[in-house]
Amino acid sequence: MTAIPDRGNESFRLSQLIYDTRYRALTFQFIALVALITFIAWLMSNLFSNLADQGQDISFAFLASPAGYDINQQLIPYDSQDTHLRAAMLGILNTLLVAFLACATATVIGVIAGVLRLSKNWLISRLMAVYVEAFRNVPVLIWILIIFGVNNIIFPQPRAFRGADPDASMVLWDSIAFTNRGVYIPKPIWESGSAIVVAVFLLSIIGIFVFRRYARNLLYSTGKLLPTGRISLAIFFVPTLLAYFVLGMPIGLEKPELAGFNFQGGIQLRGSLIALWFALAIYTGAFIAENVRAGIQAVSKGQTEAAGALGLRPNRIMNLVVLPQALRIIIPPLISQYLNITKNSSLAIAVGYMDVTGTLGGITLNQTGRAMECILLLMLFYLTISLSISAIMNVYNNSVKLKER
Amino acid sequence: MKKSVFIGALAFAGLAAGAAAAQSTLEEVTNRGELRCGVSTGLVGFAAPNSAGEWEGFDVAVCRAVAAAVLGDPSAVEFIPTTGKTRFTSLNSGEIDMLARNTTWTFSRDVDLNFEFTGVNYYDGQGFMVPASLGVSSATELDGATVCIQTGTTTELNLADFFRSNGMSYEPVPIETNAEAQQQFLAGTCDVYTTDASGLAATRAAFPNPGDYVLLPEIVSKEPLGPLVRHGDNQWGDIVRWTLNALITAEELGVTGADAANPVESNNPEVNRLLGTAGTLGEMLGLDNAWAARAIAASGNYGEIFEANIGESTAIGLARGLNAQWTDGGLLYSPPFR
Amino acid sequence: MSDTHSHSAAFVRHDQIPPSPPPAGETGPVKWIRENLASSVSNAIMTVIGLVAIFYLAIWALPWFTNSVWNAADIRECREIMGDARGACFAVIEERWLQLLFGFYPPESYWRLIISFFGLFLALAPILFSNLPRVLMVWTGLFPFVSVWLIWGGSFWGPAMVLAGFVVGYFIFRFASTINFVAGLAAGIVGAIIWWSFLLGPIAGVLSSIIPIELAKVESREIGGFTINFILGISSISLSLPLGILLALGRQSNLFFIKGVCVVFIEFIRGVPLITLLFVANVILAFFLPPGSNFDLMLRVIIMITLFASAYIAEVIRGGLAALPTGQYEAADALGLDYWQAIRFIILPQALKISIPGIVNIFIGLFKDTTLVSVISMFDLVGMIRGPILSSTDWSGIYWELWFFASALFFVFCYGISKYSMYLEDKLRTDHR
Repeated sequence: MTAIPDRGNESFRLSQLIYDTRYRALTFQFIALVALITFIAWLMSNLFSNLADQGQDISFAFLASPAGYDINQQLIPYDSQDTHLRAAMLGILNTLLVAFLACATATVIGVIAGVLRLSKNWLISRLMAVYVEAFRNVPVLIWILIIFGVNNIIFPQPRAFRGADPDASMVLWDSIAFTNRGVYIPKPIWESGSAIVVAVFLLSIIGIFVFRRYARNLLYSTGKLLPTGRISLAIFFVPTLLAYFVLGMPIGLEKPELAGFNFQGGIQLRGSLIALWFALAIYTGAFIAENVRAGIQAVSKGQTEAAGALGLRPNRIMNLVVLPQALRIIIPPLISQYLNITKNSSLAIAVGYMDVTGTLGGITLNQTGRAMECILLLMLFYLTISLSISAIMNVYNNSVKLKER
Repeated sequence: MKKSVFIGALAFAGLAAGAAAAQSTLEEVTNRGELRCGVSTGLVGFAAPNSAGEWEGFDVAVCRAVAAAVLGDPSAVEFIPTTGKTRFTSLNSGEIDMLARNTTWTFSRDVDLNFEFTGVNYYDGQGFMVPASLGVSSATELDGATVCIQTGTTTELNLADFFRSNGMSYEPVPIETNAEAQQQFLAGTCDVYTTDASGLAATRAAFPNPGDYVLLPEIVSKEPLGPLVRHGDNQWGDIVRWTLNALITAEELGVTGADAANPVESNNPEVNRLLGTAGTLGEMLGLDNAWAARAIAASGNYGEIFEANIGESTAIGLARGLNAQWTDGGLLYSPPFR
Repeated sequence: MSDTHSHSAAFVRHDQIPPSPPPAGETGPVKWIRENLASSVSNAIMTVIGLVAIFYLAIWALPWFTNSVWNAADIRECREIMGDARGACFAVIEERWLQLLFGFYPPESYWRLIISFFGLFLALAPILFSNLPRVLMVWTGLFPFVSVWLIWGGSFWGPAMVLAGFVVGYFIFRFASTINFVAGLAAGIVGAIIWWSFLLGPIAGVLSSIIPIELAKVESREIGGFTINFILGISSISLSLPLGILLALGRQSNLFFIKGVCVVFIEFIRGVPLITLLFVANVILAFFLPPGSNFDLMLRVIIMITLFASAYIAEVIRGGLAALPTGQYEAADALGLDYWQAIRFIILPQALKISIPGIVNIFIGLFKDTTLVSVISMFDLVGMIRGPILSSTDWSGIYWELWFFASALFFVFCYGISKYSMYLEDKLRTDHR
């Protein structure tokens, strides 16, 4: 190393591939590449010789043939004569539905439990600790099965609602029925004019944002504090209700009614959906609670004390000082929890919820025997979801990082 | 470096293993000294482990007969429980040598999935079971009902076809195993449980109060159930097919398991050919001539197996019906041993 | 001093007044209640809500325990004994607990599982608690082979010769690494592989014919219940650690190709649910193996769970690597250490220490996730409950008791491990001070 000879003139020797650090990395990588290609080629040759032995092939043509089976929860119209592809689409929508519901509910539960766990109230913080530990330390599959069991065993059969003196009755003015086949809730009926009501509702929500911005500008420029909460509430309700009654109540409610074997009408939240939804929400909520707690505790105590010295009230300290800073720490793990919910929703298969694992990876696979193709597509779907969520997370992380500097 | 060498070595080991493959199924089974037989995860009467962990049942008896024919020992069977999802892939991948799991013989399974059905050991049809308190007497009254089905079976498709062709609606509740379907049906999560009529009878027999449930008269499909093997190994397929035929022929000819255990020269030449006291049928199969005698001696002839596992004297109490010999008005009609 | 005072002041107190007790509201339980349960109106309301919730939970759950029946032959007898009272029928646990723990494992061989279980703790002890004598590590190294032999039975010489392969590899490595570390490592691995693939079978055969030490063979299919969860959890996490370290190093390395492979592998595994990987193990893995070769479902599942866990562990270790100050890498370079030396002596010891709590958390998650094998019809604890027990005529209709038992079992283990992880974090924190 001390005296560098004029290497340029030196001719290339084969041993340099191993001993010269300039080439060694390339050599190793080349060996690794060859090994990997050999390995993959070996797998593929096995695959094709196995398939050839059994006279099978890899073909996705089955996706276009009629599925032949029925699916109970249909977010888009579906019929047993539709294709396997459409059945898979239905499954994907059902996956997304339960993942969305569970994410929203888990966030609410997690934030409340996380904040309450730091409460000064000894009893409440202890209760929340019990909740978090109990749910974090028991497998989610067991929770799903327990909640499914609650639903099946505790709630009455639809039959129990029948007769002059039924064993069970509906709640909330005969509009909601809890049965072991799921919960039946009323369904809105959109009549003519309902579009206007919806439009008014959307406008008033925009109005709330406009008003809040106006109030903040007013506060910053003149120091005048408007009662934003009450006025926002008024904007939220009054115009929509006015429109609703002026137009002669165009949005009706279709209540579920017992007819034949089951309740008809209304929206049926199936037992499998409820089990999956709440089990995932409560289970993941416990993890989110821990993330929220860690985030809040990571905000230095001086911030809280400084805000207190400025005379802010405790809930304002939380809303204006602690939470905005804590969010930066909370959100990345929160998003990976959302990812976990989406992946864990594949446990639907344990309770017969027709998500994409149940349709494409379940019945379609069983009926067509195309295991390779179905599982490949299934993995591809989850991979797409995961990668897009991580992409969003990266964007968010970068934006937060910029602000920090 | 470490990784690449490791992978290379692994690939090398794999190639070495790959070169040693490609045996016929019969060779594999005899070398192993054990038959690997795929059965259901537990359907009383057809295939279920008893309290001592021994598998017994109607399908199990077919496996034992094949093991007796090939290996000379009816207990040289490893029973591999398979679900609706895994049964075909287990057979395809060679994890099992034959599948005897009340599997319906259909065109697409035979042709598209490349299996060889070796005959029918039970002629079945899809039926419906409802609680008696529901007051339903026909499947055509089931409009709007919630129906429990086992996924991955032909029943799922038949059900869709049946309700569609009758212009009725229903709500399917897909379930993986018979055990869970039973729990859900008992809890009242569904009004109707549908599967093969024999399966319904077996399931009902295990209920606490079997009398509270009725089987509806409609049979909505043809379900010929039988053992199957992989496509392409015709010798193995012949062995399984003719073992089953031997059981059926034995009943037709009045040869019982006890007779087959001690074969004596009979006046009927076909009995002699069957039991190997005359002719060389076994050698044509690549076995010895006493193969069928051993298969029949394993658990008796078809009729004996039926009576012992699912017949009217058992808790399941199935009548012979379609599964009687053709001489008794049934469908069992084995080709002759000649 | 006191003399001067006595002259200048009319009255001087000579002894101190004893402190008066604090007001009643500021002491003992009253103060505690005021501060911790009712510091404000809203706090008091929350306390009341909490108390009401506990009260309802108690009157709902207590009779269930107090009326429970522990001795009955089946569910009908249970209900008869209880009469009208509402209670748990723990008789099912009483009758089936061995099945829930061990599955269909031959009862006369239960001792083998029990010895393995306690042997595991002995093997883990020197890893978990650094103040134990290092000699115990010998047992830790031997344990995997002993436990495999105990659990699956068969000839003692099979696992012993596999272990001997490691010894052979190690000596080749010792000998060859005097020339070059990496080459020595490679030679050692190749030597061990040659031993395993060509010499192992004959030598084990000869040895077992000379000195037959045999245990009754047990099929994987007979193992069930909580034992499966344990076997899967422990074996996957220990196998995935080395793989995870390699993946993490690969992802951090500046060899673009190796880095690319590692990134793709890690992101792929982390992007798909474990259940799809289990489907692969169950249904399509056999397609990728040479025709005619097929192995145990349990082994296939262990392979897939190991791959799954290694991707997550790689990410935790990557975090540990990233947390090290660059100065450490630069210092290693400055000392003239090559890459592997730097990794072995400087980087990994520190990075692993930082990653331990994360690894423990992954272990807890993995241990819980082993219940998913019930979906591919393996009879683990959950599969055992869902399959054979709930569908038996004797116990169909029992639900809560079994799930309560399963949850309690998992809770005890997972909570214990997470407490240990906290202890570890505390210990590591003091080290850094």
